[in-house]
Amino acid sequence: MTASQIIFYLISAFILSMGILSVTTRKIFRSAIWLLFSLIGVASLYFWMDVQFIAAVQIVVYVGGIVVLIIFSIFLTQQSGKEMAKAPLARTIAGALAVFFGFAFSYMLIYQYGFKPAEQPFDTNVARIGNAMLNVELGGYSLPFEVVSILLLAAMVGCIVIALKIKPEEK
Amino acid sequence: MNEVPVTHILFVSTALFFIGMYGLFTRRNLITMLMSIELMLNSVNINFVAFNKYLYPQKLDGIFFTIFIITIAAAEAAVAIAIIINLYRSHHSIDVEDTTEMKY
Repeated sequence: MTASQIIFYLISAFILSMGILSVTTRKIFRSAIWLLFSLIGVASLYFWMDVQFIAAVQIVVYVGGIVVLIIFSIFLTQQSGKEMAKAPLARTIAGALAVFFGFAFSYMLIYQYGFKPAEQPFDTNVARIGNAMLNVELGGYSLPFEVVSILLLAAMVGCIVIALKIKPEEK
Repeated sequence: MNEVPVTHILFVSTALFFIGMYGLFTRRNLITMLMSIELMLNSVNINFVAFNKYLYPQKLDGIFFTIFIITIAAAEAAVAIAIIINLYRSHHSIDVEDTTEMKY
């Protein structure tokens, strides 16, 4: 077993254990912190796969943005020390069974498919990604790039409109 | 270069997806449900990057799908949290069992 393999299995165990803790703990703030660790584990998995750009985006957007936003909203809406109500036993058992069988069947399909990895190395130069993102010809991604920027603008305006406090009518 | 088979990476992403699904089934709090959805989106991203790196190394489509999924997840989280805070203001609760006004 080489060092690279050992690192991969360590990262995977870290991601999965933090994910399980995040969905099973009954304190909501701890749940957010476990989610944070799980997302950092995913970022390190991207580093392991040599896609540094995606790893950096993952850390900046998820760890620095979404988790902080979630923690803010927890503090705005909950008493964070209080434990959440326990799910009914029937729902827990049904959920666990559905998830277990779903996982078993999906992984059986994946295992039997027989993927054939390509032999050439993967070029992860960031310049290649940047050129493709602003390329207007065939194979470029400038149209989705523009569409997603419009989507972000719409989301920003939407958030402001939804969270705006309506003033009582002045008489 | 392929020391770890692709199926092992897919095992991690599948397991992470179903962990998120378990959270979505058992939780009844809107913020924790949102956190489960983030876990599921992350597992899909791992899939895209792994397929791009190991099966089609000359292309970049997986990387771009991942970038756009991360962007859309950020927008989705922001809108969802705005809705949750607004809901808390009017109902003083963010439990899905309490938000049944538009159900019927």
